[in-house]
Amino acid sequence: MSAYKNSVCFNEARRVAIFGGTHGNEMSGVTLVNLWVKNSAEIQRKGVETKPFIANPKAVEKCTRYVDTDLNRAFSPENLSAPGGDDLPYEVQRAQEINRIFGPKGSPEAYDVIFDLHNTTSNMGCTLILESSKDHFNLQMMNYIKKAITPASCLVLLNEHPLLKYSTSRSVAKHPVGLEVGPQPQGVLRSNIFEAMRVILKHALDFIELFNEGPVCNTLETLLAEMEYKFIGMEFPPCTVEVFWVSERIDYPRDANGNIIAMVHPNLQDCDWEPLNPGDPMFQTFDGKTIHYQGSGTVYPTFINEAAYYEKQQAFVTTRRETLVASAIRKA
Amino acid sequence: MEVDKVVCLPRLSRVAVCGGTHGNELSGVYLVRELLKEEKKAMEEEEEEEKPVSVVLVLSNPWAIQQCRRYVKTDLNRCFTHASLNGPLSDSAPYELIRSKELNTLLGPKGSPEAVDLVCDLHNTTANMGLCLIAYSDCDWICLHTFKHLQASTSNIPMRYIHFDVPKEESYSLDSVGKHGFAMEIGPQPHGVVRSNIYTAMKFGVQHMLDWVRFFNSGTIIEGGFVDVFTMVKHIDYPRDSETHNIIAAIHPQLQDRDFCLLHPEDPLFQTFSGETLRYKGKEPLYPFFINECAYYEKGIALSLARKRRVMIPAIRVQTEQEQQASEQGFGSEEEE
Repeated sequence: MSAYKNSVCFNEARRVAIFGGTHGNEMSGVTLVNLWVKNSAEIQRKGVETKPFIANPKAVEKCTRYVDTDLNRAFSPENLSAPGGDDLPYEVQRAQEINRIFGPKGSPEAYDVIFDLHNTTSNMGCTLILESSKDHFNLQMMNYIKKAITPASCLVLLNEHPLLKYSTSRSVAKHPVGLEVGPQPQGVLRSNIFEAMRVILKHALDFIELFNEGPVCNTLETLLAEMEYKFIGMEFPPCTVEVFWVSERIDYPRDANGNIIAMVHPNLQDCDWEPLNPGDPMFQTFDGKTIHYQGSGTVYPTFINEAAYYEKQQAFVTTRRETLVASAIRKA
Repeated sequence: MEVDKVVCLPRLSRVAVCGGTHGNELSGVYLVRELLKEEKKAMEEEEEEEKPVSVVLVLSNPWAIQQCRRYVKTDLNRCFTHASLNGPLSDSAPYELIRSKELNTLLGPKGSPEAVDLVCDLHNTTANMGLCLIAYSDCDWICLHTFKHLQASTSNIPMRYIHFDVPKEESYSLDSVGKHGFAMEIGPQPHGVVRSNIYTAMKFGVQHMLDWVRFFNSGTIIEGGFVDVFTMVKHIDYPRDSETHNIIAAIHPQLQDRDFCLLHPEDPLFQTFSGETLRYKGKEPLYPFFINECAYYEKGIALSLARKRRVMIPAIRVQTEQEQQASEQGFGSEEEE
């Protein structure tokens, strides 16, 4: 029986996957998954099968983002059902294979949770990426993680935008969780970034164990006490989660031939999550002129100057700050 | 006899500025494009500026630039050895080998009197190196004076002179095609990204380099002084798994971003994935640089180490026309006393 109105029940999360190398040059995830494939002790939790998995092995081998097409955009319904086998681009074939192993997407057989590990050249710190504002399980997980790592911070980015949302590799699971840590150049492994990602995952897996089994060990009980985290009778109380909700994609200024003619302004560079007000400097042309933000209100930019997004016509995205309410949750 | 000898050197009539030798090092790519635009505009407006130096602007590796990759088949900046440039070209030669010969025709031939006087090759690094001039010589007064001038012109970005002690016959990079040359390496910047502060520093570096060349050509005596030179001693690779050859440790957080901070014996070097610290076992304190440069993982380099020493550089001036003719006719060179 629930202590709360509108408590939501979920099945136990028994099958969990951790994807590294969805982009082959984002090194923290590749390194962590390789480590855990060799020795999975660190990611074991009571009652959970946690599978570390290299999503795009060919791209990892070449240390490139992708071989034919971006795997993290490849999981559309059209791609997943496309005939053609070997003639299909490598990543489309791979998406179909991943869908067979961890899906099928949208079915009851799909994995419960997939954590998808990414790095960015943007100064985003630790960011959890949410695909639905109504996934109370994920919202509660993100709330738990944020509390567990205090005073360090971990922000939540919500991409539910009808046009800007895309078909990620993690979307195969019932509860997709993106983890983006930066700044880190592509192809480079920075130990502080690597450790930060590792810690977030530890707490995420602790949450799942807590959800399934309750506080099964002393360390978890101690941690909950330190966090002053209320957890009574196998139920997570309602909570609020601050999210940054994706609004708009802003491209670089370009000339008539499509060439970029300006760079992210030094005042905006590295200022992910800080308010950008109308009139603030946004871009600087190669000959030194400033281009200002012309929006109607204050926005919170992120993914500022991400290397991989030059070809996707994105200098940064704007977000708005919202507070979501997560219902109480417990296992069915 | 003069107390302060002035070394007389030939005029620098042609300078090459090259960007995109590595196609994903974007400051140089965008800067050369911008300079090409300015040059085109100046020609259209028929600005009759005095032209004491002719500047050749080059996008070195267009195919790699188009794909935003370091290289297509092989690293262009290792293709400029004499052996490679003069060797035969098979039908199946990699793109960069073909391109290196084109560049040698355009800017060289390397080692000949027709070669451009100075090559400035623009690069970016993921390492926290500030602005570095990288040259094969610690006694090329043109390179050293250029550096001294740059250093005196601003304190906005830390600057160092790096010396790779490679004999001329074995030099392999694009900047070795000119009579004088250096790479201008600026970081930290991720590959595939242009950071405005890094671009601006590079623009500044190129402009002041060209200003110095014009100043030199004008005939003024440029007084000597001293320059701190970092001479490369050795590289250190990542610890690797003996079977898979995959790296098993990352640059230690206390070393990360500390390029040119003296590394002492027993200082932390790497942190294994199980949290163990691996320490520097060398006997001599050395200066680390190219710490965690992305492109060097495949070359087996986690960081490079250098010795620092102070080099005295003489006063120099450009040779007069008579001096230049005399030295060309071999009546005795006044270079490098």
